[in-house]
Amino acid sequence: MLTVRSLLEDAWYERYKRISHLNIRSSIYDVTDRCNLRCKGCFFFSSDEHRAAAEEKDLGAWEAFIERERTRGVNLAILIGGEPTLYLDRIEAFYRRLPTYCATNGLLKAPRDRFPEMMVGISLWGDEEDERELRGRDTFAVSSRHYAGDPLAYYLYTITPRQVGRVERMTRRIRDVGLKVHYQLLSNDEGADGFNWEQARLAELRAELDGLLERYPDTVVSARYYHEVLTTGRMFGRPFGWNECPSVTESMDTRQPRPRRLIRFVRWASDLRTTHRCCTSATRDCSTCKDGAAHMSWIMVSKHAHLRSAGDLRNWIEVYEMFAKLYRLLPW
Amino acid sequence: MASNVGAMDLRTLDDRGLERRIAEILISELKLEDVTADTFDVGLDLVDELGIDSMDLTTVALVLQDVFRVAIDEDDYPRLKSVRAIREYIRSKIGGA
Ligand code: SF4
Ligand code: SF4
Repeated sequence: MLTVRSLLEDAWYERYKRISHLNIRSSIYDVTDRCNLRCKGCFFFSSDEHRAAAEEKDLGAWEAFIERERTRGVNLAILIGGEPTLYLDRIEAFYRRLPTYCATNGLLKAPRDRFPEMMVGISLWGDEEDERELRGRDTFAVSSRHYAGDPLAYYLYTITPRQVGRVERMTRRIRDVGLKVHYQLLSNDEGADGFNWEQARLAELRAELDGLLERYPDTVVSARYYHEVLTTGRMFGRPFGWNECPSVTESMDTRQPRPRRLIRFVRWASDLRTTHRCCTSATRDCSTCKDGAAHMSWIMVSKHAHLRSAGDLRNWIEVYEMFAKLYRLLPW
Repeated sequence: MASNVGAMDLRTLDDRGLERRIAEILISELKLEDVTADTFDVGLDLVDELGIDSMDLTTVALVLQDVFRVAIDEDDYPRLKSVRAIREYIRSKIGGA
């Protein structure tokens, strides 16, 4: 019988053991319907999710809700929006009760004296030119001032097709302000011209990202296998999509047979009652979805499939470590 | 699907029989290959060596609950470390020797 022990040499086995007992049950929370930007291709606004429900304004209701989430078994709160930092008191309600990760565009700073241990993921959509075109301003200029050198913050760099061949420059700029970067891909939910993916571009990008990971190991938080699965949309020949996606809200998951999925995962709207279908837009076509977190989770929930050879299992370990670093369950 | 074993039957199963039954459940639920209930190493660490994850553990725990009619608290999942540990856990739940 193939066992983890029989497949791995000692050093890899030790790495496996560091992550094998992490039992993460995350959920995603829309903290608000408002944002101080209006990016083209933002899944939240393009699919009208901001209109799905009127946001809860009473802080006491948020606190009671978070307590219920804790009881439900959630042990990692992922805050998105709109822009969460518009409501620091809501962030604090989470932060006081659960390990918390906050996604932000970085225009407002989540103050460290109030949130000393909170993981912060700062969104970035390319270089100044793309940022201005897609988001209306160069957010890096502001966010890098706010978070330079912060050991608990990193850039979540959404790569657009136009960035292929040019990712290094922003990676270097991120390194130069003393931060880390994790890559994901734009899904172009609003069909902005020139921002659709073609397979050849994705193949080029994969090689580019592999090279960056090699050249900037202290800056890039990633894994070659993640690049492979994300850019090909395939794992062991199976295509990613609705039938495979692990990041579907548990109570809305009617799929039969049910694929391997994130236990207890729910994405809540900011009225604290409505749920969204998945970690991203409900109107997105799953067959073209490039959501990085969903692909990462897809790999992570498929441990058994990777127990077929030492190489496959090492790939799985690297992706799980990447996830654990992004949420500071392991040091960088 | 494994057949149910009532709490009375459980008391009549000896340790080896109970371990075989647990191994059968693991093999069928996790679709393990190259191993039988007779050759399953009852001391094998399910997480560290067999590579089962929290989702597998949840699935297995639900089947164990059904088959052996014992309540398994989620906080106890880390105690289900091996076939032997599961056997001991189930025994402790029904108070049998
Ligand atoms: S900053 Fe984020 S939430 Fe706000 S519009 Fe842009 S993508 Fe959407
Ligand atoms: S849009 Fe993407 S994340 Fe959402 S269910 Fe479809 S595949 Fe999963």
